Amino acid sequence: MRMIALIIIVLSGGLLLYATQDFPQWADPASPASLHLSPHYIQKSMEETSVPNLVTAVLADYRGFDTMFETTVIFCAGVACFMLLRISRQTPEDRYYRHISTGVTIHIKDGGKIPDKSKEFERIDTMWTPFDLVIKTVCRFLIPFIQLFALYVIAHGHHSPGGGFQGGVILGASIILLAISHNLRTATKRMNEKLIGLLCVTGVFIYAGTGALCLLIGLNFLDYSALASVLFLDPVSARSFGILIVEIGVGIAVMATMIWIYNNVSSAGKYDEGL
Amino acid sequence: MIWQLDLAILTLVVVCAIAAISVKDLLGSAILFGAYSFMMCLLWAIMGAVDVAFTEASVGAGVSTVFFVAAVFRSTRRTKD
Amino acid sequence: MSDLIPFIVAKYNYWIYITLMMIGLYAMIAKNNLVKKIVGMNIFQTAIILFYVSIGAKKGATIPIIEHAHGDAHGAVSHTIEIAHYINPLPHVLMLTAIVVSVATLGVALALAIKVYNRHKTLEEDEIIDQIKGI
Repeated sequence: MRMIALIIIVLSGGLLLYATQDFPQWADPASPASLHLSPHYIQKSMEETSVPNLVTAVLADYRGFDTMFETTVIFCAGVACFMLLRISRQTPEDRYYRHISTGVTIHIKDGGKIPDKSKEFERIDTMWTPFDLVIKTVCRFLIPFIQLFALYVIAHGHHSPGGGFQGGVILGASIILLAISHNLRTATKRMNEKLIGLLCVTGVFIYAGTGALCLLIGLNFLDYSALASVLFLDPVSARSFGILIVEIGVGIAVMATMIWIYNNVSSAGKYDEGL
Repeated sequence: MIWQLDLAILTLVVVCAIAAISVKDLLGSAILFGAYSFMMCLLWAIMGAVDVAFTEASVGAGVSTVFFVAAVFRSTRRTKD
Repeated sequence: MSDLIPFIVAKYNYWIYITLMMIGLYAMIAKNNLVKKIVGMNIFQTAIILFYVSIGAKKGATIPIIEHAHGDAHGAVSHTIEIAHYINPLPHVLMLTAIVVSVATLGVALALAIKVYNRHKTLEEDEIIDQIKGI
């Protein structure tokens, strides 16, 4: 197998290397990729959409249809992970509890349990989990700031690098950080499975719904200048606001999908204890 | 673009990639893949693709490393090659 | 030989991208472990994304965010926008979505690997094939 692989990569690599002599010079402003479509984006997007960040303008407005289906692909991946891994049937299992004031660990076999509302005991994972005050406190302080930064990234994507995808991933990462620093049950108590599924669908629905609203008002699908009559703005500002609405939808969908995939992968579908 | 910096980071990227596929421990492979993603993010920042670099820093170096570690935790660290 | 060296020096970026691509392809074909194959797939993906982003680079250009004064109303940019002054934004857009989709496919691939491990208690490809043949 190793020999076949070597032969294949030498052959295809040699072909590709031979093809590099036809490539344009490195960083050539007159290369074919920069001549046809991008001059229009660079020159006109500021006056057509009033968004200085060209990447956001092209992503959500000019190529909005593309981005909508990318969001749908991410949603489908989340659903696929859920379908592959989730196990609903629970077999009786051993549980571990820690007495909070003394730190004594109790092991209960065969599905017995202490009521979850009990104030003296907390449930811990079966792997060795020390009581880590420093990590828990630092993460608890840090998470609100991470979330605030993520909201800034989504909302300020018009003027600086950022947007729905990045902000959504950072929002999801903050919940994943909660799940890692405490345990998976704490995170799912804050954001349970039903809510995650609902948010996933909501994000895609906001995106497609904005497009459908434009269609209902009488212009093309995802032509945000139709929103001018709903938002009481001129068409150019309406396009800018349309991009913001769409980015919020993308952010919600991406956040929920990241948490969903993490929950399923880290607990192998059981949702009882994670990383 | 400074070509010395570019060449240094490109070398590091290739080293990280080779190390990630040849190390005999899947957890180490996951962490080296995170390092590879971060080097890639630096490369895009040098090229001026700030949005792509931002995405790679949050997605490639952040979330996908977590996914790898979670999957290795749920399966096994052992590997023969 | 003498004209090969300036050729490499002029296009060393492309050569290194192709090297990375081939490292990923080799891992996908030759490695025996499923997680190693997934790592190889991701290296292959990022190498292609790197190549696409490098197409949009321009010498002496700045990042694709239009400079504008604070009080500018929309559309009323006081200076004319020069095309050569900004990097081509189109490859960035296409690749930005590709990165996020790649993490989603990574999640599905790892879910499949966990499923395989739960059933066969191993991630090595040859051991899995042996188990399937043995049954």
